[in-house]
Amino acid sequence: MEYTEYTKSRRQKEKFAVLILRSISLLSVLTTIAILFFLSFETFNFFTTEMEDGRFVKPWDFLFGTKWTPLFKPQSFGILPLVAGTLLVTVIAVTVAIVLGLSTAVFLSEYAPENVRRVIKPILEVLAGIPTVVYGYFALTFVTPILMNLSDVFGFSMIIFNALSAGLVMGIMITPMVSTISEDALISVPQHLRDASYAMGAKKFQTAFRVVVPAALSGIAASLVLGISRAIGETMIVTVAAGSTPNFTFNPLESIQAMTAFIVQISLGEAPHGSLEYSTIFAVGLVLFIMTLSLNIIGKWLVSKYSENY
Amino acid sequence: MTTANSDTKFKLREKVDKIVNLFLGFSILIAFATLLALVFDILNDGWKWFDWQFINSYPSRKPEIAGIKAALFGTMWVMSITALLSIPIGVCTALYLEMFADDTRFNRFIKLNISNLAGVPSIIYGIIGMAVFVEFFQMGRVILAGSLTMTLLILPIIIIASQEAIKQVPSYYLDAALALGSTKWQAVVKVIIPQAIPGIVSGFILAMSRAIGESAPMIAISALVYITFLPEGPLDRFTVMPIQIYNWISQPQDDFRGIAAAGIILLLIMLLSLNSFAIFLRDYFQKRN
Repeated sequence: MEYTEYTKSRRQKEKFAVLILRSISLLSVLTTIAILFFLSFETFNFFTTEMEDGRFVKPWDFLFGTKWTPLFKPQSFGILPLVAGTLLVTVIAVTVAIVLGLSTAVFLSEYAPENVRRVIKPILEVLAGIPTVVYGYFALTFVTPILMNLSDVFGFSMIIFNALSAGLVMGIMITPMVSTISEDALISVPQHLRDASYAMGAKKFQTAFRVVVPAALSGIAASLVLGISRAIGETMIVTVAAGSTPNFTFNPLESIQAMTAFIVQISLGEAPHGSLEYSTIFAVGLVLFIMTLSLNIIGKWLVSKYSENY
Repeated sequence: MTTANSDTKFKLREKVDKIVNLFLGFSILIAFATLLALVFDILNDGWKWFDWQFINSYPSRKPEIAGIKAALFGTMWVMSITALLSIPIGVCTALYLEMFADDTRFNRFIKLNISNLAGVPSIIYGIIGMAVFVEFFQMGRVILAGSLTMTLLILPIIIIASQEAIKQVPSYYLDAALALGSTKWQAVVKVIIPQAIPGIVSGFILAMSRAIGESAPMIAISALVYITFLPEGPLDRFTVMPIQIYNWISQPQDDFRGIAAAGIILLLIMLLSLNSFAIFLRDYFQKRN
């Protein structure tokens, strides 16, 4: 009798404990709600707060305007220069990451013997763990001077703060991520496909690039999409090395301003709550959030696609 | 004729195979060389500034007497509170999702939501933290606001790592505990958690080393402040090492670049020791089990 009483009270206690766990896990949902609410709320404020000349920013002008001068008169809030700056750096970074990340992945999964893998993997992990402000420093004090010398030799005019340097270093930064996800995809290609290819007399490079890589294509695509998303959201490299001039340009030798760098620029000055400046960073943040979220969803869908296949 | 033709083709393929092999090796060399160049660049710029005077001084307009003390203490404050908040929340969430949650549509949504949160850029967490903690809850730009923001940022990483660690525990451990008459809660607390601790700890340390290096969200919370005192409590204003480093990088004088590099050396030393500690702990727990 006593025993059942004991179990009963214990059961109740445990039910209560699980309830607590459940409520704690709801915190993540709350975070998402907070992100969505404050981004939309402040973006709404952005469109309903007067500019210095008394006009309001129109959504159309914000999304498709090509002049971004929030801090000068006349104020203009066309986000395209920031988007172009972000995309320019991203394209350079992804090009680097495709070459370095994919070769690393193919090398690790198809070529490297176990002991070589054991050397390369930690190097990639170290690269992945370096803080982005350190990469920014490296871009500005090491890569940029080299590029400046090169551009002198070849007769290009180049600005100290430029998209190229930031993009190249950002490419190094996302390489570990791209190579890890691609390698997972390559490794999960069944061995019998490779065996069949070798049985047909194919060489290693033919097997790797005509059989294994195509079979893992959705995973490789996923690694690139997720890499792009990471590059778009990256902040410190572009803030330190790419400049703070919102140019609507696709010339990598010029100074630009990325979306994230703009948010940092305003944050540094402690924009007063309720001002147009303050709500501007949320409007830019919302655009950034939508871009990265959709890329992440596509990336995850691609990953699930290759895990389904094998 | 055909044999000769296929012979040259064969040789060509062998050549291509070698070239491809070389090219792949070369790409990896670039990654390796970059890492070396980065370390060399930073040591070269910062080594002569890296001394006790630098660690034990407050920021200054004069590079000779500038130091990182305030930022170092700020980082320690923010990280300690972040750790205290994020471990229990992260582990509880992972436990619930892996051990107790039924496979309902809502629970699947929670999981998907967490993996999406992990992909949100850190600067977004920064401005949301500013809107929620600094402005909405009126905390001001203080350590607590920074820690709460950092907690939100690293929670998805901790949750996902803990989930993986819990998944790794073979299901017969749970079955055996249940068969001996324990309740599910007892089995989880006394059997599953001890088994999953190494994975949880290394995931946690990974998350902390990510957090220590985060600049962008901390800039949104703390802005660019000139702090020449040590914070005494969670409601004091603060700066952290990455912000201080960024601040020095953006100074025009060359000497401040050196100071920035010295700050980076300290930051990297801290990260390195954290990660070695993680490896040590993992080995220790593995031996014990």
